[in-house]
Amino acid sequence: MSAPPFALTVNGAPHAVVAPPDQRLTAVLREELGLTGTKVGCDAGDCGACTVLLAGAPACACLVPLAQAAGQAVETVEGLAADPWGAALQRAFLAHGAAQCGICTPGMLMAALPLLRASPQPDEGAAMDAIGGVLCRCTGYRKILEAIQAAHLFREAEAPSSAGAVGERLPRVDGPARVTGTALFGADAAPSDALWLKPIRSPHAHARFTLGDCAPLLARHPGLERVLTAADIPGRNGFGVYPDIKDQPVFCDGLVRYRGDCIAALVGSREAVEAVRFEELPLTWEVLPALTDPSAALAGPLLHDRWAENVLATGRLRAGDAEAALAASAFTAAGEYETSFVEHAYIEPEAGWAQMVRPEGGGPEASDRIEVFATTQAPYMDLDEVAGVLGIPQDRVRIIPSACGGGFGGKLDVSVQPMLAVAAWLLRRPVRAVWSRPESMASSTKRHPARIAARAGCDAEGRLTGFAFEGLYDTGAYASWGPTVAGRVPVQAMGPYRVPAVATRARAILTHQPPSGAFRGFGVPQAAIAQEALWDRLADAAGLDRLEFRLRNALRAGDATASGQVLTHSVGLVACLEALRPRWHALRDAAASRNAGGGSRRHGVGIACMWYGIGNTGMSNPSTMRVTLGPEGVTFHNGAVDIGQGSTTILLQILAEALGLPPRDIHLVLYDTDLTFDAGKTSASRQTFVSGRAAQDAALALRRQILLRANAGEDAKLDLRDGILHVDGRPLPLEAPLEGIGRFDPPTVPLDADGQGVPYATYGFAAQLAALSVDMELGTVHLERIVAAHDVGRTINPTMVEGQIHGGIAQGIGLALMEEYLPGRTENLHDYLIPTVGDVPAIECLLIEDREPLGPFGAKGIGEPALVPTAPAIFSAINHATGAWITRAPALPHRVLAAIREARR
Amino acid sequence: MSGDRKPASLAEALSLLAGAPEAPLLLAGGTDVYPARAVAEAWGRYAPRPVLDLSGLGLAGIEDRGDHHRIGAGVTWAALRDAPLPPWFDGLRQAARQVGGVQVQARGTVLGNLCNASPAADGVPPLLTLEAEVELASRRGTRRLPLGAFILGNRRTALAPDEIATAILVPKPAGETRSAFLKLGARSYLVISIAMVAGLLEIDSGRIAAARLAIGACSPVAQRLPELEAALIGARPEEAAALAAPEHLAPLSPIDDVRATAEYRRHAALVLLRRLLAGLAAPQAQGGSQAA
Repeated sequence: MSAPPFALTVNGAPHAVVAPPDQRLTAVLREELGLTGTKVGCDAGDCGACTVLLAGAPACACLVPLAQAAGQAVETVEGLAADPWGAALQRAFLAHGAAQCGICTPGMLMAALPLLRASPQPDEGAAMDAIGGVLCRCTGYRKILEAIQAAHLFREAEAPSSAGAVGERLPRVDGPARVTGTALFGADAAPSDALWLKPIRSPHAHARFTLGDCAPLLARHPGLERVLTAADIPGRNGFGVYPDIKDQPVFCDGLVRYRGDCIAALVGSREAVEAVRFEELPLTWEVLPALTDPSAALAGPLLHDRWAENVLATGRLRAGDAEAALAASAFTAAGEYETSFVEHAYIEPEAGWAQMVRPEGGGPEASDRIEVFATTQAPYMDLDEVAGVLGIPQDRVRIIPSACGGGFGGKLDVSVQPMLAVAAWLLRRPVRAVWSRPESMASSTKRHPARIAARAGCDAEGRLTGFAFEGLYDTGAYASWGPTVAGRVPVQAMGPYRVPAVATRARAILTHQPPSGAFRGFGVPQAAIAQEALWDRLADAAGLDRLEFRLRNALRAGDATASGQVLTHSVGLVACLEALRPRWHALRDAAASRNAGGGSRRHGVGIACMWYGIGNTGMSNPSTMRVTLGPEGVTFHNGAVDIGQGSTTILLQILAEALGLPPRDIHLVLYDTDLTFDAGKTSASRQTFVSGRAAQDAALALRRQILLRANAGEDAKLDLRDGILHVDGRPLPLEAPLEGIGRFDPPTVPLDADGQGVPYATYGFAAQLAALSVDMELGTVHLERIVAAHDVGRTINPTMVEGQIHGGIAQGIGLALMEEYLPGRTENLHDYLIPTVGDVPAIECLLIEDREPLGPFGAKGIGEPALVPTAPAIFSAINHATGAWITRAPALPHRVLAAIREARR
Repeated sequence: MSGDRKPASLAEALSLLAGAPEAPLLLAGGTDVYPARAVAEAWGRYAPRPVLDLSGLGLAGIEDRGDHHRIGAGVTWAALRDAPLPPWFDGLRQAARQVGGVQVQARGTVLGNLCNASPAADGVPPLLTLEAEVELASRRGTRRLPLGAFILGNRRTALAPDEIATAILVPKPAGETRSAFLKLGARSYLVISIAMVAGLLEIDSGRIAAARLAIGACSPVAQRLPELEAALIGARPEEAAALAAPEHLAPLSPIDDVRATAEYRRHAALVLLRRLLAGLAAPQAQGGSQAA
């Protein structure tokens, strides 16, 4: 019996859809109609990424059954360009930098559309209400609000766009695909004959298991092709970001170490795979006691035999005699601080597909290759992992990164890639996987929860004398980036200050918790909470203004860091603090006058500073960029994955400026391990600085060849006319293509056992102010304004830099006030809270440009620096408002209220 | 599912329900059904059930029936939010504006929120203060239950297997009435309550003639506060906030969870209650409905 098709009208076009009546509209649009512009972030109405219009009203398509959508007008992002307000919104989003990674963009646009139809010039409150149901993890929402409010200016035509010189607001060059919904994210594409893969994950944090004979299961489910287990891995059943630590199994071999650990995977038709209930699997569990507390884990049974006392890694720094310095200090302060697991909560869950490829014309099996298309921040690391698990040489692996719907460090580890590769390799069929939100949250890495005990001292004039820091970082069940965190934290934990005597130690402790990995800042944001709180205490004790105290101790060019590195250039912290000073006084005065009025709300203003080493800690992290000139024109081969931060645009601006052509004349070949060189991973705020310098060098290398051929001088003018390169107006004859290659590896010196060396070639510096009020009866915190001064060396593109600052601040707000991942309890986006549009206040960006000579046109990085000072600035402001010291993040209302009561005692 | 049906009348729906070999899943706006399904799917627990889609029954009206209002089963939060209703609905409509985002408000139904019976259901406290009844229909007939008798516990209701909840019936209070709702959460949109308070006062000659107060997210089912309600009678509205005392919260049994501690909830409930009463004393001065 075949049911009659449902009549669905999408963007004015009729469709007859044969699917179950309770099928989610998202699945119908994406899978049945191929309209993948509507994104799926949670399937639970929590994120709004799938917002469409149903009879003109916004709805989460994931909550709408096909039967209820039938007969109503459905509007999706694919229809926007044909709608006057839709097109205006798209243009405004591009011009204002309102789309970063682009995964929430279709939902944002659709949510804003009915507002503009009803109210062409909405105020900010109306715009907030319209998009209050759509989560964005990249932008901090401010530019989205700007774009919605400005959309009426974009009704008729494009805004005049800059040519894209360095320093100009070139709209992101990969933006059009994001506002039209055509960018292909991990879940948006796969060969039509691809099988589905669904991992089976442990509900237990620590358990032994046996998986019996799966033949009856396969027989019961026609279309289920295979149950993959540890025994099926052709190569090494382990992955991990360190070459010598491949400790996380693709499929566990009889023992799970955290809730979410993968024990097997079902592969087959989608229907067959989705019909299997886990209770049908011949699984038996022996649940074991779980170590969930890092202090207890130090004395507990070992998670991995290799790591004594469950200490995965220890980093330390020693300079001078910190204990003696503290003992001799006029003022000292001490505190203990605790932070929580923080989930990356990129709106795009992990997804992709893999296929085995036999070279054209057949060829021996030994020449078969594997191709993996997936969402990632680190294609070359993925390539290593896939080669490892398949046991094949690296040149037989191709990684094609999808558009990346947010990463923030969470997509530096592999996710779907190894198991997809194994499945496609063994089954000789393309295989795809799309993780659900609960699966993504249960399985992926987190920000390390930290327990920090810190002490600091200063002399009678408020000059810092000594700093001691002991950090216990819960690194979870597997290594991931734990050693990197343990390595970076001790080097940066004293902050961007002159501290003569330092003793810092950070340890990454293995527990039966989710693997803690890389998350925007690699452990430094946690440390900054402790460090900045101590400065407030010392400033108060010494009777100094909190800003002036920081200024007095700020690192300046010519100073040596605690690592013994003399900073010769681009130390812009003093400039940041001086830029903030007028705002500091104005905001403090305003808070004081508002407090004078009484009431249950107290106002306060806080400050925090940060530094951040750009690139890997004391390790090589090169990038190679390539640009060619041939009959097709100029082509930029750029292997740096743009995860929304804007590197594709930034690197193009750098390359174009160095070459002497406008960006629009340059073709792009973007990140594909077969087509581009290794640019390193998109992490550590390194792409602008490292890949940017490589791009600049590549451009200069090509320019030199061009000028040589044209016999032209250094300042010759290049231009492209009808595809022909002209030098000073004369066409350049080209017998063979020319190529420029740039490679840059920031100069560092590995750290010794005491943390001495040159860990980073350059540092970003920043100071932020937070102005807020606290409800003294409820403990709720209302942010009113953040003022962020960042030394970025040189602003390549102000829109992108501001976008990073806004987004980093939004994540800092989440860390400070609401984000707390608890395995098994907050594995969704309604129990795990990330900031909504109403939680990010007005942000003022003050860009300081203290040029870095090594950087491209003087530029450094901004991705992580944006986040680091926000939480400590908020806690500083809470203290200013209430007298309460926040020692536990997130500062949920009940914790703030408890701290207020403690302060009054 | 082959057993999925979308009947066009209540009679047909009740007949299908009575004859169903397997209890179907009742589907209205879908805003609770699909999130639960997502979790079950993720952990391999999803067991498909036939769906009985109630969205075609034509029960989407809000009607003035003389001595009461009838809110049909299909009425969404958005419809309620945007409807011109008398002031005793102010609290419920303030709740409507804070249920999920506008996407959820456009699809989720008010009655579905009651049937889902979450301890944090935003609709329950205001409807308790409205002394609402739930109308239940089956082929056996129609019955009405006071809301307090309809919701039995966390995710449990008195809905019989052959019944469909068809309407919320809201009696009209006498005289001048003021109502309000306050919700406390840890972020500004899309937030599940830490605690919430709804209140309705009937004012006669400047005195409180009747008071109904309810607190949600502080017990398995939202609770009325009968002792405080009694204590307020005869008081002037501006005195009401000062009369609320910790012992009036005895009906609550808050728990520690990911959002807050039990102790905090009890404290916050009282703060919210006093603010709500203070706001009701000066209704024109009350701007927003959000507590935090």
